[in-house]
Amino acid sequence: MMNLHEYQSKRIFAEAGIPVPAGKVAATEAEAVAAARELPGPVWVVKAQVHAGGRGKAGGVKLCHSAAEVGAAAKGMLGGRLVTPQTDSTGLPVNQVYVESGSAIAREIYLSPLLDRERGRIAFIASAAGGMNIEEVAAREPDKILRVDVDPAVGLQGYQCRRLAFGLGLAGRQIAEFERIARALYRLYLERDLALIEINPLIVTREGGLVALDAKINVDANALFRQPELVALRDPAQEDAMEREASEHELNYVSLDGNIACMVNGAGLAMATMDLIKLHGGEPANFLDVGGTATAKRVTAAFRLILSNARVRAILVNIFGGIVRCDVIAEGIVQAVKSAGVNLPVVVRLEGTNADTARALLAASRLAITVARDLSDAATQAVRLAQAGSRR
Amino acid sequence: MSILVNRRSRVICQGFTGRQGTFHSEQAIAYGTNLVGGVTPGRGGTRHLDRPVFDTVHDAVQATRADVSVIYVPAPFAADAILEAADAGIRLVVCITEGIPVNDMVRVKAALAGGRSRLVGPNCPGVITPGECKVGIMPGFIHRQGSIGIVSRSGTLTYEAVFQTTSAGLGQTTCVGIGGDPVRGLNFIEALALFERDPDTAGIIMVGEIGGSDEEAAAEYIRRSVEKPVVAYIAGVTAPAGKRMGHAGAVIAGGKGTAADKYAALEEANVRTVRSAADLGVAMKHALAARRRRRRKPER
Repeated sequence: MMNLHEYQSKRIFAEAGIPVPAGKVAATEAEAVAAARELPGPVWVVKAQVHAGGRGKAGGVKLCHSAAEVGAAAKGMLGGRLVTPQTDSTGLPVNQVYVESGSAIAREIYLSPLLDRERGRIAFIASAAGGMNIEEVAAREPDKILRVDVDPAVGLQGYQCRRLAFGLGLAGRQIAEFERIARALYRLYLERDLALIEINPLIVTREGGLVALDAKINVDANALFRQPELVALRDPAQEDAMEREASEHELNYVSLDGNIACMVNGAGLAMATMDLIKLHGGEPANFLDVGGTATAKRVTAAFRLILSNARVRAILVNIFGGIVRCDVIAEGIVQAVKSAGVNLPVVVRLEGTNADTARALLAASRLAITVARDLSDAATQAVRLAQAGSRR
Repeated sequence: MSILVNRRSRVICQGFTGRQGTFHSEQAIAYGTNLVGGVTPGRGGTRHLDRPVFDTVHDAVQATRADVSVIYVPAPFAADAILEAADAGIRLVVCITEGIPVNDMVRVKAALAGGRSRLVGPNCPGVITPGECKVGIMPGFIHRQGSIGIVSRSGTLTYEAVFQTTSAGLGQTTCVGIGGDPVRGLNFIEALALFERDPDTAGIIMVGEIGGSDEEAAAEYIRRSVEKPVVAYIAGVTAPAGKRMGHAGAVIAGGKGTAADKYAALEEANVRTVRSAADLGVAMKHALAARRRRRRKPER
């Protein structure tokens, strides 16, 4: 999935005919002040541009009453990192703020089309409890959630939009306005290959109009090959540095908090390996899938990645050699351990094609490699070695 | 007996002359699969791996009476390939391709609904009936003809379950990888129903993972309609929320799709669950032994 910033999402909204407040993106204090002078007042909102929700409570959204206040708010945010309930403890860098004209809010609504995986269809979810986390609303007050399922053969229908609109308590010209917004969302979801497009909140202004006060868009990573305009909006600064480096080597990597690194072929087996470490009393440091064709080059890149995490005390390599021969992988491991300068205990479990040859090869390498008997043994050994390493 | 494919299956390969198609078709032929030809647009009339190549699936079906197709075409063209196979009357379409846009699969699923073609995948290792027919990328040699049906969302975990049931002397009737994508063809329930009806399948291993609610639906189905012993494992107990774990479909979204919820649903349906992927074979062996003991009792 590729995330967009709010300011990018709002530009896409505006182009699709979804009303958004007047706003400008700013990368410096001076730009923010200039933006406030150009945008209608008397109230402005300064919003930190990070790929995470929960900005309001974290100090990433500030209400301002003068251009000077806007400048001060921007100065406070830019160049820093914002920690929200949706980020890790280090937060995300704030390299831009979005300066927006304030809106007079009468009501807040939630609206989003989303994929119903089980039916393989898109459903529209709406709620009169906008501005809140939709999962919390769904858990506490499921009656407040409205939903219509879209038949992909005919698309979103007028009656479905009206059912949501009347259900939300809208009336008069708001009904047609709501339908226009819902249809635009559906069109964007399909045409831009989105994984998420959410308006929370969609506000009813005191004048009775509908305006998207926030905008959230994630793009389906599998469809980026046909969305070049969206690819250009990618902001690598918002991505986890290690996960980004991993993707450059076609490795699937997710950072975790533990001290036992794993290197596995296959996503399912990679998760199962993490679970096994936990089951045996350890904590996994990462999810890492080196893919079905674990070549020496990829294995080396994977070791380098793992070693760049200072918390790691032991490495567990778990490979089920199917099409790839285990002896080829074992040679790759030996090469990688030598060339990447691995100075941590490495436990290797190899099973499948030519596993016996592979185990002999590792044993003869004279490197600090423990060859495990089986899956459980591998996890036990890795946990033991990591604990010994932590005590030292 | 078996499900989905057997020695009578007449298999074609879409994307036959490409690198993936060539490699895995060679492996399938060596395994003994009745691979009757392949499709690569523009290569019709030629031969590849000593089999005829056709421009369209229609041509291939007419000439070879193929009823199964395995797809290796690249992701941007895979949805089109699935629909072409269905339109040509292919009974079982197995799509190996990874990385198909979700919106493409939403359209494919809608188009296949109510039709006669069954889709397995995408983003899956395929289907194998040991000793008879290998349709996909799984290593053939780890399989043994036997009595266990295996259905899994993960490729390498399927191999793990196969390896363990082979080591335990149980063997497999058929192994089905249903794939790691959020929108896919065959789901757990359909595979469970097929295994339940198959007279040679004595027990079923189900390997799920985080994301979606297919495992929960399967638990409810097992409670109502499955007599045979089922052993289940769910990958991703330690997976953090909101992160995609390799597979496009393996993500805990909005607090939904956790391994804990899936385990709870399965255990409530009296499914024998294991917390370690290393215990699948042993647990299946115990489940079958317990079943035999229970069967013997009333006869005394």
